[in-house]
Amino acid sequence: MNLVTNNKWIGQRTIRPDGMDKVTGRAQFAADMTMPGQIWGKILRSPHPHARIKSINTAKAEALPGVKAVVTSKDIVDFPIEKGAVMLGIQDMRWMCRNVMARDKALFPGHPLAAVAATTEAIAAEACKLIEVDYEVLPWSIEIEDAIKPDAPILHEFNKFDGKPSNIMGRLEHKKGDIAEGFKQADVVIERTFTTRPVHQGYIEPHACVISVAPDGKTTIWSSSQGQFMVRAMTAYLTGIPQSDIRAIPAEIGGGFGGKTIVYLEPLATLLAKKSGKPVKMVMTREEVMRATGPTSGSRSTVKIGARKDGTITAAHGIFYLQAGAFPGSPIRGAAGCSFTPYDIPNLLSEGFDVCSNRSKVAAYRAPGAPIGAYAVECVMDEVAEALKMDPLDFRLKNAAKEGTKAAHGPTFPRIGYIETVEAAKASPHYAAPLGTGQGGTLRGRGVASGFWFNAGGESSAQVNVTEDGNVVVTTGHPDIGGSRAGIANICAELLGIDYRRVSVIIGDTQTVGFSNLTGGSRVLFASAMVVTQSTEKVIQTLRERAAKIWKIDPEAVKWEQGAAHPVSPNAGQFEPLTLQELADKAPAMGGPIGAGVQLNTQGADGGFGTHICDVEVDTELGIARVIRYTAVQDVGRAIHPGYVEGQLQGGVAQGIGWALNEEYIYTKEGKVDNPGFLDYRMPVCSDLPMIDCIMVEVPNPKHPQGVKGVGEVPLVPVMAAVASAIYNALGIRFYSLPMSPPKISAALDAGMKQAAE
Amino acid sequence: MAKIHVTTTINGEPMEYLCEPSDTMLDALRGSLGLTGSKEGCSSGDCGACSITVDDRLICSCLMLAAEAEGAEIRTIEGMAHGERLHPLQQKFLEHAALQCGICTSGMLVASDALLRKNPNPSEEEVRFWLAGNLCRCTGYDKIVRAVMETAAEMRDGIKEAAQ
Amino acid sequence: MADIKYLAPRTLDEAIGAFAAAGSAARILAGGTDLLVQMRSGMVRPGVIVDIKKIAEMTAIEETADGGFRIGAAASGMALAEHPRFGKVWPGVLEAVNLIGSKQVQGRASAGGNLMNGSPAGDSVPAMIAAGAVVTVQGPNGRREMKVEEVPAGPGRTNLKPGEILISFQLPPRPPGSSDAYLRMIPRTEMDIAVVGLGVSLTIKDGVCTEARVGLGAVAPTALLVEGAATALIGSKLDDTAIEKAAEACRAACRPIDDKRGTIAYRIKTAGVLLKRTTAIAAKRATGK
Repeated sequence: MNLVTNNKWIGQRTIRPDGMDKVTGRAQFAADMTMPGQIWGKILRSPHPHARIKSINTAKAEALPGVKAVVTSKDIVDFPIEKGAVMLGIQDMRWMCRNVMARDKALFPGHPLAAVAATTEAIAAEACKLIEVDYEVLPWSIEIEDAIKPDAPILHEFNKFDGKPSNIMGRLEHKKGDIAEGFKQADVVIERTFTTRPVHQGYIEPHACVISVAPDGKTTIWSSSQGQFMVRAMTAYLTGIPQSDIRAIPAEIGGGFGGKTIVYLEPLATLLAKKSGKPVKMVMTREEVMRATGPTSGSRSTVKIGARKDGTITAAHGIFYLQAGAFPGSPIRGAAGCSFTPYDIPNLLSEGFDVCSNRSKVAAYRAPGAPIGAYAVECVMDEVAEALKMDPLDFRLKNAAKEGTKAAHGPTFPRIGYIETVEAAKASPHYAAPLGTGQGGTLRGRGVASGFWFNAGGESSAQVNVTEDGNVVVTTGHPDIGGSRAGIANICAELLGIDYRRVSVIIGDTQTVGFSNLTGGSRVLFASAMVVTQSTEKVIQTLRERAAKIWKIDPEAVKWEQGAAHPVSPNAGQFEPLTLQELADKAPAMGGPIGAGVQLNTQGADGGFGTHICDVEVDTELGIARVIRYTAVQDVGRAIHPGYVEGQLQGGVAQGIGWALNEEYIYTKEGKVDNPGFLDYRMPVCSDLPMIDCIMVEVPNPKHPQGVKGVGEVPLVPVMAAVASAIYNALGIRFYSLPMSPPKISAALDAGMKQAAE
Repeated sequence: MAKIHVTTTINGEPMEYLCEPSDTMLDALRGSLGLTGSKEGCSSGDCGACSITVDDRLICSCLMLAAEAEGAEIRTIEGMAHGERLHPLQQKFLEHAALQCGICTSGMLVASDALLRKNPNPSEEEVRFWLAGNLCRCTGYDKIVRAVMETAAEMRDGIKEAAQ
Repeated sequence: MADIKYLAPRTLDEAIGAFAAAGSAARILAGGTDLLVQMRSGMVRPGVIVDIKKIAEMTAIEETADGGFRIGAAASGMALAEHPRFGKVWPGVLEAVNLIGSKQVQGRASAGGNLMNGSPAGDSVPAMIAAGAVVTVQGPNGRREMKVEEVPAGPGRTNLKPGEILISFQLPPRPPGSSDAYLRMIPRTEMDIAVVGLGVSLTIKDGVCTEARVGLGAVAPTALLVEGAATALIGSKLDDTAIEKAAEACRAACRPIDDKRGTIAYRIKTAGVLLKRTTAIAAKRATGK
C-alpha cells in the first residue's frame, strides 16, 4: 500500500541496489571472504560457569605442527577496573576486554580463555585441547533470584550495592510526581510480577571475520558487524594498533538485531594475524553463537498501575530487574525508560536494576529492554482496562501521550503519532473482524498492546559523487541490515530528479568514508538520509552554479528540476535545460569534479510508537497456542521505501511471537546452555506464522528533511503482551511468565479446571 | 590423510575436486569450489541456508558428505539465473522485498524452486510447510510466501518461463 | 588426528565385510542426517564410514507379491512419498517418515537410519511398530529377522549384534478396511523433535475394530508397543469408552523424563490425547469416511 502519491521515488517499492547480488548468491558475507595464505583461528572456552584461572600453559599447543600463533589475555590490552570506565558508545572497555577473553576469572561457560591460529581448522581445534588450564571452580548463579540472594556467589568483588558486596551492578530510576499520593487517588490498582527468559537475537549468520596484519601493523579487517567504526575502535583499544592503521571493511551482514554491535572475534583474530604474519579467518559455530555471544536479559518485573473509575491513570510503579550476564550493562535504560512512555501518567516511578550472573554478557536486542518492560506494563494495562470495563484501546486513548506530555524518561514530547496508531488499530479491518470459532477443541482470543522506543540520531557521514557519465554514486557509512540502501537511493534520486537506477549506493569502510556510528537504534535511514540530503543539496548547488556559468547568469536564476538545470523564469533567459549528463561531461572544463560530502552528529530523532492486534487459537488439550492473525500499526514518520518499512514491522513481530511462545534459554544442572542450536532453541518457522499485516501511519518528523522516523525497533516492543492478552481472551488465564509454551499452558488449563471443579 | 577425488556435475558443468572423507558437501562448495552462495547457518540441518538439490532432490548440503557427490547432478543458487536472466523467483523476491539481510535467501530460493518444480500450484499452507526448513529471522516470512505464490501463479499462466 | 575412511560398496557382502572389520570404529551412512550432525558436534568420531546407498536392496521400495511392502533401510522419505502406492496403503508410516526434520532432511533421512539412531523420539518408529513391521538384518553370521519393536534397546542403542546392518523393513499385506495414522506433539508446527509420537494401525470390519496396534514414542527409553491400548480397541466399535481405555493404557505405559522438550506430566497427558486423535484419523481412513 503506497501512502505517498506525489513523489516519484520516495514511497515507491523500488528494487534495492544490493538486491541482485543477494538473490544470486554473489553477495559477500563475512565467511565468504578468503585472503591468500589465510590460516584458521579457534577459541578455547571455559567449561565452567564460574572459575578462577590460576594458570594457563599453552606450550603443548604452540608445539603442535601447523600451529602458527597462540593468544592469551596477556596479549590483550587491559583496562584496569580501578581506573574507571572507558566508554565507547554505551560499552565500557573494561568489560569488553574481559569479555573477548577472560583475565583472572571465567564468568560463564564458553568464556574465551585462549585462541589459536593454525593451518587448518582441525589443527587449531586440536591445539586448543592441548592448552592446560588450572581452574579453581567456584559456585555460580544464573537466575536473577539466585544472583541477588544475600549469600550469592559474587562475580565482581569490587562491586558493592547498599554497602554490601553484590551482583547488583547498578540502578536507574525515572521519577515524576508522588506515586504514594497517586495510588491513593485510584479506584482500581493492579500489581503483578512477570518473568521472562533470556532469548537470542537469532541471526542466521554466525559471527565471522578474516583479518590480515602487515609487519608494519597495517590491519585489514573484513567482518560482518553493525558498525565498521565500532569494529575499528574496539580492535584498536584491545590490540593497541592505532585506528588510522586499521581498515575495517563491512561485509554484508546476515542479521544482527543488536547482537553484532560489539565484537567477539576481531581483536583475537587481529592478534593471531599479527603474531603469525598470516591472514586469519575465524568463524563461530552455531553452538558458539548460542553459548558465547549476547542473548538478551532474562528478567523479573513488578508493575503496579492505578486508575480512577473514569479510566484516568493516576499512578504507576515499575521495578525491572534485568540480567546483565557476566559483566554489567543490561538494558535497564530501555525497560525503565520506554515501558510507560506511551501514557501520560502524572505520578510515576520506574526503576531498573542491573544484575550480573554466570551467563554470557548480554548484547543489544532490538529495542533493548523495552520489550521486556512492555510485556509487563501492557499486560497490567490490559487487566486495569478489564477491571474498569473499558475497551483496551479506548483505555489507552484516554491516557495517551501526545504533544506536550512529559515523558517518563525526561523529554517533553513534540508532535508524536501514538494516538494515531491506536486510532488506526481501532479502525482497522482486523479489529472489526469477528474472531470466528476454532475447530474442534480450540479456543480463540484477541489481544492488543502498544509500545515505544527512543530511536536515535547520531553521527553519520556520506559522500555524493557524480560520475563522468552523469550518474551518481552515494557512499554511506552504516552497514545495511534492513534495506537502507534502497531508501537512500529513493531519496537521492528524488532530490536529483533522476531515475533511481542511476543512483548507486555503497557502504564505505573506515578508510573510505567519514565516521559513522553504529547500525542500530533505528537510526540508519534517519541519520544517513540527513547527510545524503545535505550532500545532494550541495551537489545541486554546484550543478546550478555550473549551468549559471555556462549561461552567464546568476546562480539564483537557475533551478534544478527533473534531472536538469533550467532558468528560473523566461526573464532569466531562454536556455535549453542542461541535464546531469551534460553538466558531468563539461565538469572538467567548468570547475572540476562534482561531488560533496557531509559529516554530522544528526539531531532531531523522534521516538516511535506502535499498537498491535493479535488473534490466537489455542488447542486446549495440548496447550498449543498459534497466532492466526496479526496487525502491526506503527507511526513510521515517512515510509521512504514501504516494502522495507513493512519488513521491519513483520520481522519484529515474528521475533516477538517466538519470544512469547517458544524461545527460551534452558540450562542444565551444571549451569550450561542445554539448547545451543536451532533444533531446541525454537524460533518461528514459516508454517508457524500467518501473514503479518502492516498499517503504516505517517506523522512526519518535522526535524528531518524527508520526515523520517526510525522504524526498526518498535515492532518488537508490543508483541509479547499482545500475544499474552490474546491468550487471556481465549482461555481466561493470564500468563505472567514467558514463554507461554505448551507444557505451561496445559498445566495452567489443568489447574484452572481443578479450580472450577472445587 | 588421503583425500578423495570426486567427479561430479554442478549447475550443468562437469567439475572435479579433492576432499577429506569427513568434509561435507557444503565444505566442498564453499571451500575448494569457491561457490559461496550456499551459506552455513548451523551445520546441523536446522536452518536450510545451505540448501541445494542433488539429482533433483532438495537437501541440506551440510548433511551430505562431499564424497557422495560422485556422479551426481548438483544444483546450487549459482545455477538459478542464466547470465543476465534471473529466475522468476529471484525477480519476484526483489519486487516483493522478500529479503532483508539476504543470508537465508539462497536457501530459500533453492527450496522454493524445488517446490514449484514438484507442485506448480501450491496453497499458502503448502508453501509454508515446504519452507519450514528454511529459517528467516528478518522478514517474518510474509513477503517470501507472497513472492513464491505470485511466481507460481505467473508461471502457471505462462507469463514467465522458468530458466531451464 | 585419526584418518577417516569413506567407503561406498556396491554389494551387501562388501558392506558387511568392511563394517564388521572396522568394529566399533565403523558407522553406516544412509541419509547422514544423524551421523553428520553427530560427527560435527564431536559426539561421534568414526574411523570408517560405510555408505550403503549404492546397494540396490538398501534403497529399493517394492510391493511384494502378497501385497506387502519391502522398504530398503536407506530409502529416503521423499523416495517413499514418490512411490505411487505406498502412501495409499500406509499413510501413517509415510507421514511419520516425512515428519522427520524439514523437506531437506526428508530428501535424505530414512526409516532405517531413524530406527538405528536409537532416539526414543524418532518419528518413524511408533508408526513402524503400529504397522507390525519386521526388519531384516544381516551380519557376518548371516541374515535374520526381528520385529521392529525388538530393535531399540535404549537411547542411542539397538539390539543388533556387532557387525549387523539393517537391510529392510517388511510391512504385512493389509486386509480390506485397514489404515493407519501417526501424530506427534511438537511445540512449533515443524522442525521439532517429537515430545510424544503415536502411531495407530487398525482394521475395521462392519463397524468393529478387528485388529489394532499402537506404537508410542518419546515417553520411555525406547519406543513402545502398547498392547493394552490395542486390546482396548479390538472388538470395540471405537466408542468413547474403548478409546478412553486405550488412552489410559497409553498413559500408563509412559515412563518419560523431564527435559528441554517436555515435562513428565505433560507427556503423559499428551499420550492420551494423541491416542484419541490418531485413532480417529486411522478409523476415518480405514472406513473411507
